[in-house]
Amino acid sequence: MSFLTVMELLPLLGAALIATTGKGKDELVKKMALATTLVVAIAGVLLTLSFDRNNAGLQFVEKREWIPAFGINYAVGIDGIALVLILMSVILAPVVVLAGWNEAQGGRWSVKTFYVLILVLETMMIGVFAATDVFLFYVFFEAMLVPVYFLIGGYGTGKRSQAAVKFLLYSLLGGLLMLASIIGLYVIAGSQVGRTFDIGALSTLQISSSTQNWLFLGFFIAFAIKAPLWPFHTWLPDAADSATPGTSVLLLGVLDKVGTFGMIRYCLTLFPEATKTFTPVILVLAVISIIYGAFLAIGQKDIKRLIAFTSISHFGFITLGIFAMTSQGHSGATLYMFNHGFSTAALFLVAGWMAARRGSSTISDFGGLQRVTPVMAWTFFIAGMSSLALPGLSSFVSEFLVLVGTYTRYPVAAIIATFGIVLAALYILIPVQKALHGPTTSGNENLPDLNLREKIAIAPVIALIVALGFFPSPLLNIINPAAQATISALGFSDPTPTVGGK
Amino acid sequence: MGGFIAPVLNYSILAPIILVLAGALVGVLIEAFAAREKRASLQLGITLITLAAATVAVFSIKGKEVADAAGGSVTYDGAGFLIQLVILLIAIVATLLLADEKNFTAVASALPGSKEEIEASAAGLRVTEVYPLFLFSVSGMLLFPVSSDLITLFVALEMLSLPLYLMTGLSRRRRLMSQEAALKYFLLGAFASAFFLFGAAFLYGSSASITLGGIRQAVVGGTGNNVFLLIGIVFLSAGLLFKVGAVPFHAWTPDVYQGAPTPITAFMAAATKIAAFGAMLRIFYVSLANAEWSWRPIIMVIAIATMALGSFVAIAQRDVKRMLAYSSIAHAGFLLSGVYALSGTGLSATIFYLATYGLTTVGAFAIVTLIRDANGEVTDLNRWAGLAKRSPLVATLFATYLLGFAGIPLTAGFIGKFSIFSAAYEAGGKAIVIAGVLSSAVAAFFYIRVIVLMFFKDAVEDGTTVVIPTALTRSVVLISGVATILFGVLPQPLINFINTYASFIR
Repeated sequence: MSFLTVMELLPLLGAALIATTGKGKDELVKKMALATTLVVAIAGVLLTLSFDRNNAGLQFVEKREWIPAFGINYAVGIDGIALVLILMSVILAPVVVLAGWNEAQGGRWSVKTFYVLILVLETMMIGVFAATDVFLFYVFFEAMLVPVYFLIGGYGTGKRSQAAVKFLLYSLLGGLLMLASIIGLYVIAGSQVGRTFDIGALSTLQISSSTQNWLFLGFFIAFAIKAPLWPFHTWLPDAADSATPGTSVLLLGVLDKVGTFGMIRYCLTLFPEATKTFTPVILVLAVISIIYGAFLAIGQKDIKRLIAFTSISHFGFITLGIFAMTSQGHSGATLYMFNHGFSTAALFLVAGWMAARRGSSTISDFGGLQRVTPVMAWTFFIAGMSSLALPGLSSFVSEFLVLVGTYTRYPVAAIIATFGIVLAALYILIPVQKALHGPTTSGNENLPDLNLREKIAIAPVIALIVALGFFPSPLLNIINPAAQATISALGFSDPTPTVGGK
Repeated sequence: MGGFIAPVLNYSILAPIILVLAGALVGVLIEAFAAREKRASLQLGITLITLAAATVAVFSIKGKEVADAAGGSVTYDGAGFLIQLVILLIAIVATLLLADEKNFTAVASALPGSKEEIEASAAGLRVTEVYPLFLFSVSGMLLFPVSSDLITLFVALEMLSLPLYLMTGLSRRRRLMSQEAALKYFLLGAFASAFFLFGAAFLYGSSASITLGGIRQAVVGGTGNNVFLLIGIVFLSAGLLFKVGAVPFHAWTPDVYQGAPTPITAFMAAATKIAAFGAMLRIFYVSLANAEWSWRPIIMVIAIATMALGSFVAIAQRDVKRMLAYSSIAHAGFLLSGVYALSGTGLSATIFYLATYGLTTVGAFAIVTLIRDANGEVTDLNRWAGLAKRSPLVATLFATYLLGFAGIPLTAGFIGKFSIFSAAYEAGGKAIVIAGVLSSAVAAFFYIRVIVLMFFKDAVEDGTTVVIPTALTRSVVLISGVATILFGVLPQPLINFINTYASFIR
């Protein structure tokens, strides 16, 4: 049994144990959930340490028959890109549990159900990045909607049930389009290499270019909805606004990455020719997302919606990096996914604490928090600086790599995207100025600062943001071979001598 | 013509049908001679024993292929075995629902609201004729998919339909609506039967044969008249499409599903579809396979129209039974893509879909029988709000079925959809696949809306309650729930079983 399978089973085991606890043992349930996610996080670190970074192929491979009648296997394996995303997911999980210690209280159902859902979701998050069988990937991709749906609809705030439904319907529509493409691939595979969903075998298929275009679109739209890319983004602000902060972190930080990860792993690998056909269109969408997301973020009055729109801008950068077809672009995009997970987590968690203390998430209700709650304010500030890619913080490295990687092949797109950085300064500094600086406005005088639990939860996130800003190479060493391999498999080589991201 | 030649009957092959007919006749005798208070339990026992015996009989002849089980009128093969088996299993599950006495009128002959009816209800009477009627219908369903000539097909069609018309009118509550539904179903069904006969006559005119094999030879040999063939196919299909509720012959479905007593709706929604698709597959795959130019385009258009209409109109429904009716129309469209496929994988996929869809459907209607107020079942969806608070288990089970209908991975519905769509795609039906996934997305909307109602809305105190299910009903919902999940997670054994047997002899 592969170590990946063990990591998938651990959260399920935790969920099963939690399900057996009696009523009213909320504290016990929370501790069990925290313990489980910590164990998985440690397992994730061990996974990273035992990963052979000089090997660009799949590692920790496991393959078992699942539904042989259709050639479906339970097949997992990771390259550097998948490893980094799994690592991010399993580190975020305990952070989310600890940071949102009390967020399940206001829910429609019990605390127990909340953590069962979270742990089931964690299993699927690992599975979706680890799957190397397209059918298995699809199962995780779709099935993970169900726990998120109940997390938003059951434990969120405001118009939570509408937001949950909107999220689910958008995702299902994308998923079903992808299903049509998967069926197409399966049938073509059946006539060429036999019925299989193995991604390696599928990437060797000879597909006519018109069919490839259609199949590509099925996958791409699903991922563009998930990521989300303009114009498929409208579900995200509602969902992020209504979900609990912890759920939002998982939603923006992990689930949306499935979209960009899917673009690399499925769109590019399976349909190289169609990828080249659609690249110009996708670059335009990416650039629009960067600018549009940023402008809308500037205009938001609500802090949670603001963060959601900044994410749309960030996903534009990631998509740009992916479709720039250079190794720096790919390395940058992957690193960006990792960094975005943590900077958004920090922003969202702090915003959630601010909103919980103030009873409002409208930016203008805050003012002068720097004096009242210095720790909280500094945390928000650092997370914000990371989000706008301040040099020395982690996001700078990845954004820089993406822009350099894009410039070498698509200078115009890179130049327009650079304006996104300027706008980022606006959308971060405006709320920072309004909420944190200046005189303390009424209603904010007595807000308590972060307590010990919250400090412990946020500390590793901030530490990672700072550490990776100065020393990104451990991660880049893992990512680069995989990024290089993806690019060369597509028949691209870098247009200029590599600048190197080390 | 010489004298009458008695057909040679292969009794072992016909045993399941004969057993069920015999059980029905015993049921009639019980109605005539047994004491009133003993009838209900006697009938239930007889029905279950009969169906169990028929299931054993079906198993004992599995894998046999007999072309002339009754002088050329009945052909038995692997596909026939599978369809009969699925029908019997669904019938057994549905019987458990029938046993719930609250669903049927006290005396079917009394005028709704009349003194006679009130007295009969007060005396605790109930119609027990429903059991023999049920068995008669089952026997027709068993015969329908193995019939191999047009006359037998027609007889089987009537055998399965007539008792259904009657049973539709037996609802205990809202009797006028129930009777109206029965009349509608009967009238439209009569038209459909007439169409069927009309088509049969033209097929005979085209091929000079009434057996499916003879028609096949005429089609293969190209000796027949193609105009007659086309007319025959169109009208014969109309009769069959009516039974499965495909557009444009779907209009009866919502009214009948809503008016009929819910256990009958459950049975009808699951088993009639299985029997009719079984017959349809045989006719198209065996007789008309070589005339695919004439019917595949039609089936494709009808499939697409059916899934689209079913999914879109379901959105507007406010009644759970009507919603399930439109959902069943959409599923008829998905199933037609299996008929379109015209391949071995299409046949297996359709049978898998029928089996799993049937089990889930029975479970869904079983849940409907549990949500009640003082006046009987509550089918207004708005009053299902907050069901998860009242009974988390019932709400979770219903949500599971709905997710199965919607085809979410890890439910049987997903495997069914995947296999049937891939069969259609393989056969060149890309349009069907695209229409199918888009309709599924639309359909997901109303399935999810019900989940939202049950889980995310607060309950209104209006007397709606979840009754404690009887042991029988409880086993129904559990069987359905387990099947929905099990065949979604580990479908391989069922697929293997179906693949072993799914074939027609020609």
